[in-house]
Amino acid sequence: MTMDAMITVQNLTKRYGDHVAVDDVSFTCRPGQVTGFLGPNGAGKSTTMRIIAGLTPATSGTAQLYGVDYRSIPNPATQVGVLLDASAQHAGRTGAEILRLAAMTMGIGTERVDEMLELVSLTPEEAGRRVRNYSLGMRQRLGIAAALLGDPKILILDEPANGLDPAGIHWMRTLLRDYADRGGTVLLSSHLLHEIEIIADDIVVIGGGRIVAQGTKAELLAGAGSRVRSLDDETLLRALTAAGIVARPNASGGLDVEADSVEVGRAAAAVGVVLTELRPADGAQLEEMFLQLTADTQREAPVLQGASR
Amino acid sequence: MTITDFRAPLPPSAGIDLDSPAIPFTRLVRVELRKLVDTRASFWLTASIGLISATIMVAMLIANRNTPENLDLGEFFGIMNIPTAIILPVLAILLVTGEWSQRTALTTFTIEPRRERIIGAKLATAMIAAVAAVALALILGVIGNGIAAVAYGDPAGAWELGSAGFVNSFVIQAFGLLLGFGFAALILNTPGAIVAYFALPTALSVLSELVPWFKENLGQWVDCTLTQMPFQSNEWASGGEWARLLVSAVVWVAIPLGLGVVRVMRSEIK
Repeated sequence: MTMDAMITVQNLTKRYGDHVAVDDVSFTCRPGQVTGFLGPNGAGKSTTMRIIAGLTPATSGTAQLYGVDYRSIPNPATQVGVLLDASAQHAGRTGAEILRLAAMTMGIGTERVDEMLELVSLTPEEAGRRVRNYSLGMRQRLGIAAALLGDPKILILDEPANGLDPAGIHWMRTLLRDYADRGGTVLLSSHLLHEIEIIADDIVVIGGGRIVAQGTKAELLAGAGSRVRSLDDETLLRALTAAGIVARPNASGGLDVEADSVEVGRAAAAVGVVLTELRPADGAQLEEMFLQLTADTQREAPVLQGASR
Repeated sequence: MTITDFRAPLPPSAGIDLDSPAIPFTRLVRVELRKLVDTRASFWLTASIGLISATIMVAMLIANRNTPENLDLGEFFGIMNIPTAIILPVLAILLVTGEWSQRTALTTFTIEPRRERIIGAKLATAMIAAVAAVALALILGVIGNGIAAVAYGDPAGAWELGSAGFVNSFVIQAFGLLLGFGFAALILNTPGAIVAYFALPTALSVLSELVPWFKENLGQWVDCTLTQMPFQSNEWASGGEWARLLVSAVVWVAIPLGLGVVRVMRSEIK
């Protein structure tokens, strides 16, 4: 493993009987970076995160934090902040009480509880309410406060943006950006590409328990191919296909090509087709890639054309 | 630290610190004790032990106004221990199964992943609750008896309470509580554990009735109703009676608790 990786998952596999929930998954998370763990529901994100936090035994492979298992870290919550399910709280406890219990266990002062409540914008009145009266967004904020309570170096957050409104997602991006900029490591999961795109630097895409793509956001965007329009799309499509390049017509006109601009330009020049537009694919293209990459494992077959904006 | 410090860089030792102190066991126990009273449901269940004991004290004073010879410390103490013996095991069961029914195990075992320490802290908390309940019964018994002595005069208000009676009460309370605790750890489900706890004596009695061989050979060693019988008096139990109680405790407490701990250690927390 590379020593600068704070989270190292290596050949991790988790089987439930015949079902393989996590299948030979390997990735790393670096300090100073927000790593987005992207995949449809049931892809194995939560299982992987539970294994990292020592709550689920792995069938094979390892998930370590800077070379050690979570379970061998003394008072781990002061070094690794974990939010796995914001709703997994006693409905009859107040938000403040949940943080106080956690602070008591970790051995940190309760004044830190008030600071964290302020950080996640829960008012004293809200903190005094019982969690059964919380919206999902409030539970997520409370969960993030709990994860940050011990001033950890690593944050592991499962679907933390679930239930947050757009302003809340923006708030979380700023919070996690600041946290990563001061040297923290963040692994956060989402089933929504949009959230990951906003928040993450590195992206790990998982589908059906397997990693299907990983890299920096820039790499994945660049790897998503090109958009091209021309005066004769049909001829261009034939030329690209003949050159062994995968291309298909886009619903809004032009072609989506799984190759970079140079290759597309070269193919067009060879057959003398005039290009009117040629550019790297944008975020919508990444979404299409995400849908394609996970298409086999999606619970509902994605409608690719409709999904690309 | 203030919110603005949140932007301050983390300490340069970027790796995981394996030398930081572990969470002391006493702190885990304090947290578990706090959980006994920090929700409405847990607070009232815990408080009900005191409230019911106090109600019994008043009821005994009123009901025995014409039979003051029934009012002595031993009587007060003995009767107050009856509702406690029902509530304490339920308290112990909820202490364990509540983590699963409310799904707080996810947080609890993330903060302290050495799960056996959490189980140990819960067991210690349950025992502290048992000691407190017996102490409370004694205190309320003394108060009730004092009132009886003043209000009714002799023969009410005798202060005899043998140490045998006191120890026996505690043994019975602890046995029931540990029985509930072990079933809770094994079953990890509130209704299941409570049903199993309350059905066990009946099931053993039925077995004794239906299978004479069981009654004659095993029953006196494993039927906890029978093994507890000698401890429902103010006399010291004999060595043989202690041995039978211990054997039934191994069968119904130690084995379920041991299997339960193994289950908690290995299970997946969701």
